[in-house]
Amino acid sequence: MTRLNARIPEGPVASKWTAYKSASRLVNPNNKRKLDIIVVGTGLAGASAAASLGELGYRVKVFCYQDSPRRAHSIAAQGGINAAKNYPNDGDSAYRLFYDTIKGGDYRAREANVYRLAEVSNQIIDLCVAQGVPFAREYGGLLANRSFGGAQVSRTFYARGQTGQQLLLGAYSALSRQIALGNVTLFNRRDVLDTVLVEGRARGIITRNLVTGEIERHAAHAVVLASGGYGNVFFLSTNAMGSNVTPAWSAYKKGAMFANPSFTQIHPTCIPVHGDTQSKLTLMSESLRNDGRIWVPKKVKDVEKLRNQSIKPADIPEEDRDYYLERRYPAFGNLVPRDVASRAAKERCDAGFGVGRTGVAVFLDFADAIKRKGHDTIDALYGNLFQMYEQIVAENPYETPMMIYPAVHYTMGGLWVDYELMTTIQGLFAIGECNFSDHGANRLGASALMQGLADGYFVLPYTIGNYLAAEIHTPRFDTSSSEFTIAAQAVTDRLQQIKNCGGKESVDHFHRRLGKIMWEYCGMARNDAGLTEALYQLTELRHEYARGVRIPGGLDEYNPELEKACRVADFIELGELMVRDAQQRAESCGGHFREEHQTSEGEALRNDDKFAFVAAWEYKGREVSATLHREELQFNEIKLSQRSYK
Amino acid sequence: MKFTLKIWRQKNATAKGEMISYDVAGISPDSSFFEMLDTLNQNLVMTGGEPVAFDHDCREGICGTCSLYINGRPHGPVKGVTTCQLHMRSFVDGDTIHIEPWRAKAFPVIRDLVVDRSAFDKIIQAGGYVSVNTGGVPDANTIPVPKEKSEAAMDAAACIGCGACVAACSNAAAMLFIGAKVSHLALLPQGKVEAAMRVQKMVACLDELGFGLCSNTYACEAECPKGISVANIARMNRQFIGAKLFSEKEKTVRDSL
Ligand SMILES: Cc1cc2nc3c(=O)[nH]c(=O)nc-3n(C[C@H](O)[C@H](O)[C@H](O)COP(=O)(O)OP(=O)(O)OC[C@H]3O[C@@H](n4cnc5c(N)ncnc54)[C@H](O)[C@@H]3O)c2cc1C
Ligand code: SF4
Ligand code: FES
Repeated sequence: MTRLNARIPEGPVASKWTAYKSASRLVNPNNKRKLDIIVVGTGLAGASAAASLGELGYRVKVFCYQDSPRRAHSIAAQGGINAAKNYPNDGDSAYRLFYDTIKGGDYRAREANVYRLAEVSNQIIDLCVAQGVPFAREYGGLLANRSFGGAQVSRTFYARGQTGQQLLLGAYSALSRQIALGNVTLFNRRDVLDTVLVEGRARGIITRNLVTGEIERHAAHAVVLASGGYGNVFFLSTNAMGSNVTPAWSAYKKGAMFANPSFTQIHPTCIPVHGDTQSKLTLMSESLRNDGRIWVPKKVKDVEKLRNQSIKPADIPEEDRDYYLERRYPAFGNLVPRDVASRAAKERCDAGFGVGRTGVAVFLDFADAIKRKGHDTIDALYGNLFQMYEQIVAENPYETPMMIYPAVHYTMGGLWVDYELMTTIQGLFAIGECNFSDHGANRLGASALMQGLADGYFVLPYTIGNYLAAEIHTPRFDTSSSEFTIAAQAVTDRLQQIKNCGGKESVDHFHRRLGKIMWEYCGMARNDAGLTEALYQLTELRHEYARGVRIPGGLDEYNPELEKACRVADFIELGELMVRDAQQRAESCGGHFREEHQTSEGEALRNDDKFAFVAAWEYKGREVSATLHREELQFNEIKLSQRSYK
Repeated sequence: MKFTLKIWRQKNATAKGEMISYDVAGISPDSSFFEMLDTLNQNLVMTGGEPVAFDHDCREGICGTCSLYINGRPHGPVKGVTTCQLHMRSFVDGDTIHIEPWRAKAFPVIRDLVVDRSAFDKIIQAGGYVSVNTGGVPDANTIPVPKEKSEAAMDAAACIGCGACVAACSNAAAMLFIGAKVSHLALLPQGKVEAAMRVQKMVACLDELGFGLCSNTYACEAECPKGISVANIARMNRQFIGAKLFSEKEKTVRDSL
């Protein structure tokens, strides 16, 4: 139990980071050249970290599974990135951003980390502009801001509907520059399959070259995981097809604790599922809720008429529409946080008021906004999103309301890290979505991009120095040591076992089944009986998978089925941990909604006396249950209160 | 819906490839093109065959990973979308669909429909950046940027690096891709500082990477899923000529010292 020490610096929250930086140890430039760092991932977190560490003079090796670092899943982020610049003069400050993030996370995040995030947010914008990120601007030539995801100030910076793309291309360009300078070496099309420990410290990784199938060993003085989130455990999510938990999961099995695994964000505005062959879900940016009004019919008979297409949505008169968010949450209306909006949609659909062919969708209507602001304004704001929608659904949102439904989008849980972003394995750091740190039980819009870049550009480069300062006498590692040999052999054995299990079903078959279990029992609403059932089904699935999957092709060639097979094996195990975590947390908070714990009005009911802690799970072996450790959360700055958006 | 697919199969970079024919049936018109290929691959796995390898990741038109040459066109028949954004409703029931990889010397085939586009990364490494380090930059609003400039920069920056422009070009030139990056940065005051050097460095590596010369047929613009305009090539050419004049002048000055 003594192992969980978040190592939060002393002093008032606003001066902790300054105090930390002043006291942390430094590595002199000559010594930096003698130190190797592995960075797994080239998303916002990984690319920004690798570039910044390269600039400082460390020798960096960076890995991604895609063909190019520019294709990391961060590229898909649409809406924007927050910062406390207060350019619009509407009362924003680092403190307010900190406050909103803690509250938005339903008081399950660590104050010190979140304050630091808010504090460095402004530097991110400065740097990105200097890199040439073409953020939206006003006619006067200064940067534009918008309000996003329920914030009452306009603090979101954006580049059309492609903010993630532009920020990532900025980080990618900085990374490319370091690659050209020889400070960073790129390993693309690599699958990171294990972490190597030498005398208890992280000293390397084992990778599979996805083109040749070769199992490779890489050593370094420290390892940074920036491998993204694990939403694909649900099979259908807004994540890229290749997004996976494997690097984090392998670290977990080597001793890095996994925190709050059940904290999943289900995003309210996604395009509904079209059918059984669906392979992924597409997000419609949250910014649409600024002008779109969400509703379903009030009368069941209108629902039926819509379904048999005897009426169109526009035929339903105003008084027969239920703008349920405006009805339930008059203060925030359509802009309530994501978890609240998602659950409210589920509630209406479960009650039989869902629209569309499947009855599992709600309307997002722009008719009023078009009337009020004009077609051209709406087009300028959302044109590309409308086009995207029309491309997928073959309906024109200018003429008929969009249909949306919640989908898995982001995972707040991840590897447990301390204030320095170090996991419970010495020398193993985790940044970006793959750690658990800043979003508590629910992430606010535009704050993941901020966190990824804060971690990579402005936090890790300091904190890793504090660790490496003690490593300057450690010579480079030899990858022929027994630790590397054993780890590489274990990876080879595992691949062989999966390949030779002699099953008959495809990997996707199992992955879809996994997704169904998770969505049904560990999705938007959870209860004790369902979670017990899920655990039973998952154990079953795990055993079936071990005997039942068929992998064509060989180990020593480009083999996408084999890639997926390892990922899904890890997802199934992760699923079990998520369910156990959800079961343990007998309260509702943020995106974690336990049906047993709600107010009479159906709102989430926290239990701060018992559950104001981070749940960190320690791996104990294949057939043994993981051990739960608690990091008690201290709220010194912010008073805990019930979130209310009424 | 049902389709006959004629797909390029090639075991690895050195193997000889060939077009192989497959039938798929029971496809929903709402399926995406990749969901149709997923169905084919499921069938292949179940019947002991080897699934068709193709590159894809985001499946929403932004990561630039997908790269199929469909019925003789990069990203298929619909203008302004990537392969992953195609839906089967854009095809006619019973169609025969030809599916090939990008074909260009600079993009060698890895397997089936998967090609190696690291040459694009090399071009960016040659100069597709602003030389600033983390830290020590001015406040973001210090330099105002006219809205139309920043919008034009954004238009160019929307390139997803897919390589369709190269695949579409009979000379396999990469001018639209480079033009987009050069323009994006040169249009902004932050990127203008080293614009001359950037364009020279980026163009200098083209030949070595196996890209051809531009002969102004504009097939690239027609097939670009992000609507990147050939005006970017013109802008780059102006930059390039300017840069050459500049470096010659610099050389004369140096020589005369
Ligand atoms: C559609 C969508 C829209 C979003 N919009 C917003 C938004 O508007 N604002 C906001 O703040 N957030 C948004 N988010 C969330 C945000 O984009 C992500 O949380 C964030 O980009 C994650 O960045 P990352 O660097 O941690 O990971 P990623 O960008 O996911 O990068 C992961 C990296 O790890 C590598 N990797 C993973 N597994 C392996 C492996 N096994 N071997 C080798 N390499 C591996 C990958 O190659 C990749 O380079 C959005 C998310 C989605 C899905
Ligand atoms: S210019 Fe267009 S076609 Fe060429 S790489 Fe960029 S997005 Fe693709
Ligand atoms: S798969 Fe990402 S653009 Fe097509």
